[in-house]
Amino acid sequence: MNAANTAINGGIPGEWYLALAAVLFAIGAFGLLIRRNVLVMFMCIELMLNAANLTFVTFANMLHDIGGQVLVFFVLVVAAAEVVVGLGIVVAIFRRRANATADDLHLMKG
Amino acid sequence: MLTAAGALFAAVSTSHVDYVSIGTFVVAAAIVLSGGIGVVVARNPVHSALMLVMTLFGIAVLFVLQRADFLAVVQVIVYAGAIVVLFLFVIMFLGVDREENIAVEPLRGQRPLAVALVALGFTGLVLLAEVSKWTTGAPSVSGSTDVAASNVSQIGKSVYTTYLFPFEVTAALLVIAVVGAVVLARRPPVASNAGSVPAGEVTEDVTGDDGSVSDRPVEEAFAASSPSESTDEASGEVTS
Repeated sequence: MNAANTAINGGIPGEWYLALAAVLFAIGAFGLLIRRNVLVMFMCIELMLNAANLTFVTFANMLHDIGGQVLVFFVLVVAAAEVVVGLGIVVAIFRRRANATADDLHLMKG
Repeated sequence: MLTAAGALFAAVSTSHVDYVSIGTFVVAAAIVLSGGIGVVVARNPVHSALMLVMTLFGIAVLFVLQRADFLAVVQVIVYAGAIVVLFLFVIMFLGVDREENIAVEPLRGQRPLAVALVALGFTGLVLLAEVSKWTTGAPSVSGSTDVAASNVSQIGKSVYTTYLFPFEVTAALLVIAVVGAVVLARRPPVASNAGSVPAGEVTEDVTGDDGSVSDRPVEEAFAASSPSESTDEASGEVTS
């Protein structure tokens, strides 16, 4: 983390963004581990994806490489597809049973 | 405290900071973090979704601060506009906007374990950031962010030249996701094509709905409509 790698963009060092993204990722991971509502778990996954996106944009800015921003673009598309399919699964589960917390979903348990 | 403030001031004064950027970063970071914590601790899923919107807007602000204008716009439109609306739609459609008691811990030792795991991962992340080097020295293959062209044209050029194949794969992925969502969200056979469905499956479906739910209006509507569908099917079979 020397000064040469620090993006001078409004003077904010890139490490601040990276630290913020790491904290946001940790919050998302923690929420994913402790919450039992499937929808809230999904939102926590979105938090983690956004933390990763912020990291990508920060590196694109620090390294002066547009590839990081393009990668965020792809991540957005994949996140949209993931949410669509995941919510479809949630709807399919909810149609069968009233309350689907993650603890109740043991249909595939051997 | 004073020394920290002094160090911050020294860092600020040596690296030609404008205070507007610093202030924007601090405010956006506070919004992002409070929104993220709100998603996790809110008992009502609707509140979680609204907190998620707050976080996404904060991230969009941080994108603008880092000259990723196009991504900031896409973030607001796609994430806050489409994905969160999809979340809210599903929450309200399914009627799960009941408060969850998050004080009770059904799985013993889950939370200390979660704290330990997240602390471990976070420490590893910070250590990795401290130890490793950001740059490999390899030249950029996808274009620099420094050229005079606008952000949109840079991203567009990169997507359609360097990253053309991933872009095409993305298109295929979206089509697959749409088809998968339609297949998943389709009701189990209803009256329109009931003639091709064995009757046992329909009755099994009805008993499943009756046994599991009784207190929710949507499911009551389902349960109420299912017998009528089965009678429709029966009458249809009689007429055909």
